[in-house]
Amino acid sequence: MDNLSFFFDALFQYKFLQNAMMAGVLVGIICGVVGCFIILRGMALMGDAISHAVLPGVVIAYMIGASFFIGAVITGVLTALAIGYVSQNSKIKHDSSIGIMFTAAFALGVVLITLNRGTGVDLWHILFGNVLAVSTTDLWMTIGIGIVVLTLIFLFYKQLVLSTFDPIMAQAIGLPTKLIHYILMLVLSLVTVASLNSVGIILVVAMLITPGATAYLLTDRLPVMMGLSAVFGSVSAIIGVYYSFIYDVATGASIVLVASIFFIIAFLLSPKHGIIVRWGRAKMADRNTNENTSI
Amino acid sequence: MGNGLCLEINQLSVSYHGEKALEDISLSIPAQQLVGIIGPNGAGKSTLIKAILGLIPGYKGKIKVLGKNVNAIRKQIAYVPQRNDVDMDFPVLVEDVVLMGRYPHLSWYGRPKKEDREIALNSLKQVGMLDYHKRQIGELSGGQQQRVFLARALAQEANLFFLDEPFSGIDVTSEKIIIDILRGLRDQGKTLFVVHHDLSKVESYFDSLILLNKRLISCGNSEEVLGVDQIEQAYEGSAVILSGENGKLVVSS
Repeated sequence: MDNLSFFFDALFQYKFLQNAMMAGVLVGIICGVVGCFIILRGMALMGDAISHAVLPGVVIAYMIGASFFIGAVITGVLTALAIGYVSQNSKIKHDSSIGIMFTAAFALGVVLITLNRGTGVDLWHILFGNVLAVSTTDLWMTIGIGIVVLTLIFLFYKQLVLSTFDPIMAQAIGLPTKLIHYILMLVLSLVTVASLNSVGIILVVAMLITPGATAYLLTDRLPVMMGLSAVFGSVSAIIGVYYSFIYDVATGASIVLVASIFFIIAFLLSPKHGIIVRWGRAKMADRNTNENTSI
Repeated sequence: MGNGLCLEINQLSVSYHGEKALEDISLSIPAQQLVGIIGPNGAGKSTLIKAILGLIPGYKGKIKVLGKNVNAIRKQIAYVPQRNDVDMDFPVLVEDVVLMGRYPHLSWYGRPKKEDREIALNSLKQVGMLDYHKRQIGELSGGQQQRVFLARALAQEANLFFLDEPFSGIDVTSEKIIIDILRGLRDQGKTLFVVHHDLSKVESYFDSLILLNKRLISCGNSEEVLGVDQIEQAYEGSAVILSGENGKLVVSS
């Protein structure tokens, strides 16, 4: 309890902690909602790839003093295009193509950073986040990205759902499924930029996949799944920031661990799909039939 | 429907990664028919449907649907996927799936309205699945799922229907309901293309047949196409043909 009141005192007192909290919650919501579509399209690896591929764009933008937001979108989308081009124009399979392209982009980013040591670009912070250094400008940018991404998903909800659920029908009625795919890749790059400070490039994919997967185990309706996923994402952020502050550990990793614990709980105890619940039900059924036969 | 032709294909060829999936296909099909697309596994039946729907970039040849390029008449086309192609764990309810049939009638930002919901529920009623409208799609049996996808096509109020293997692995009741609805649609003047790999019942189900094995073996009304020679040619000896009193019985392996 002492820890909790200490934390709340600090929260009211320090602007940096408020910003950290806000950024974490926003990222939890944005990633949670976008992540549902990434999961349902079976694109977890692609999500990991695009988030890594953002690195060189961010570094180049720092170097030339441009907004890293634009740099990230450019290298993110270029990598997505390159992945598609290689897998469509050779016999290289899609997952191999992803593996080749994103590691290439990521390696380029690391080389660029190490070339520019001492210029204030901190590899550790980009890779793992530095949520306690979120400035008010960063926060506004995250809010802006959040509004754009959530509006896009709201406006094009039915196109997204149909192209995810039944891509052939989507094409048959004339939906531009390829364009939808690349817009989603652009959204992934934006989401990565929004998450840069709070969880960092390496762990963004966890914020995309884990809360969504937890929600997926708990409901049969997509709108509910998106809502639950946003809740799991943001609650993980709040609890994660708290523990990171109290025990002075890395914030991004702390948030991701909390999200993972939620997943494990849902995996074991989900009313419909939880393995312990199913096991318990099977036992009960066994017992009932045994009792019936013994009588 | 113009000249009464629903589909005209001229010298269509499709290849995937250098391997020919369809070769030099030319055919025409009149409107208001229940058309079976048959042939052994890997004969290119689904590919033919996808080519007609304009989903295969870089095919060779000419395809006209209702006398036009397919892009001009997309709203009139309903597609029913092969069940295995759909992720049945997707978090949608039966009624949500059927409502997707209304999407072509909505503006790009529009949401389904009350009339759309009524049309969707009415379609579900026609296939006998109204009681299941709040179930998640994966909780249904194969035949029930197939009926839901047919209901989606009905809700689309299309003129042309493409169904990929609607009868594979489903129960007798569902099969009966589905074929009755397809016949009803044909009688209303619609044209339906049905991919089918089982040769039994082919003659009683379809008015016309397209018999394929990468090349077009035969196309025309069912009795003509089902000649022993054609079947043997298409199935390359993997079909056994038994002649009986009332014609022939074909067993395919």
